[in-house]
Amino acid sequence: MQQIFLFLYRLRAFILFLILELLALGIIFTHNSPQGAVYFNSSNKFTGRLLSSKNNFVSYFTLNSTNKALAEKNASLLNRLDRMTAITDSAHFNLDSSLSNNFNFWSARVINNSINLSQNYITLNKGSLDGVEEGMGVFNEQGIVGRVKGTSSHFSSVISLLHTDLLISSKIKKSEVFGSTKWDGVNSNEAKLLYVPRHVKVEPGQEIVTSGYNAVFPEGLPIGKVKEVSQGSETNYLDITISLGADFSKLNFVYLVKNDLREEIDSLEMEMVTPNQ
Amino acid sequence: MTTIKILKYSLSFFIYFLIQVFILKDLVLFGYAFCFLYVFFLLNLPHEVPTIPLLLIGFFLGLLIDLFYDSFGIHAASTVFLAFVRNTWIKVIMPTGGYDDNVPPTLLNTGIGWYIFYSLPLILIHHFIFFYIDSLGTQLYLPLVIRVLSSMVFTFLLGTIVQAIFYKKERVV
Repeated sequence: MQQIFLFLYRLRAFILFLILELLALGIIFTHNSPQGAVYFNSSNKFTGRLLSSKNNFVSYFTLNSTNKALAEKNASLLNRLDRMTAITDSAHFNLDSSLSNNFNFWSARVINNSINLSQNYITLNKGSLDGVEEGMGVFNEQGIVGRVKGTSSHFSSVISLLHTDLLISSKIKKSEVFGSTKWDGVNSNEAKLLYVPRHVKVEPGQEIVTSGYNAVFPEGLPIGKVKEVSQGSETNYLDITISLGADFSKLNFVYLVKNDLREEIDSLEMEMVTPNQ
Repeated sequence: MTTIKILKYSLSFFIYFLIQVFILKDLVLFGYAFCFLYVFFLLNLPHEVPTIPLLLIGFFLGLLIDLFYDSFGIHAASTVFLAFVRNTWIKVIMPTGGYDDNVPPTLLNTGIGWYIFYSLPLILIHHFIFFYIDSLGTQLYLPLVIRVLSSMVFTFLLGTIVQAIFYKKERVV
């Protein structure tokens, strides 16, 4: 018995090494669970505070381009408002409920961001107290940015579009052909459009927008433009490279969107997948 | 270790940590070359520090940096490995006559030749583990190799510059 203890005592450094290494790997491979998500990343209180004070300082350097982007967004919103305003002598009728407005929008500021790893995350300065929930979509005036993964009371962490596991349901604006946008991990300005059949005619320069099928994003938000089309190694699908609209190296202000009917849509679809026993 | 030394190393722990997460995190050359300067904190600890405290310090430092990188334990896994192999590696490459006590293995104390031999393989292992875990799930091997090698060079260069400017040569007692 004593021999065993002596043996273990001699191996104590190695055993501690194994424990710590397994602990670290455990954190890495379980970080998909929503409970763990918030405490081990930069959206917890301690890191969130530090990062937002850093961002307060650093954001002065990008004020110019941020102002410009916001002004552009304002202008386009004003344009749209102008078109939406009812003309006084026109007839008025209530629209069908399927066309009613079921998306809510928030704005938030990016306080932490990375673009060079294969799994990039973004931290925003709004959390559950501001109404941010898991699964909400994140975009800015240039394109889709990501999807909320977890929230704390004042901060939330977002899976960036530059994350090799995130799929965004999208379509080619002109031909209405559906596909999925996914980042391939190489270049922070480019992504791939997957599952577009070979017979579809796709040309460089065509716009890619959200399809509105996964109930996260409203239909028609910009994602990017087709950059290159080739036949690809997979037999059935085209290999399409798109240049992303959003400049991830200069993210500052973003918008969050929540579909009020998402739970209803999801549960309806779940029912179809798993019919009642 | 005297109290003053412990204070000195605690202070340098926080300086390395703050510089890493607030400045070097945003400094990535050409989208490939990262700088993980904080590994030099572990490398430059005195060589009489036993492996167990070294492991705990490495784990804690890695976890703190993970919080800010949103990398969920990847830094912790690679620094723990670095901390585990460090003392063994120091023993393996011991020059004839052994080491002087109370002289930490820093660039100015050991000379550039031995220091390259000491630090480069350890930095390489650390960076390889970090980028390998990060790239799991993708099939990108060439970018992985470029990242590891260019980051190794970048980290080492910045580390030597920092030590040349801010470190003092310790007197051999």
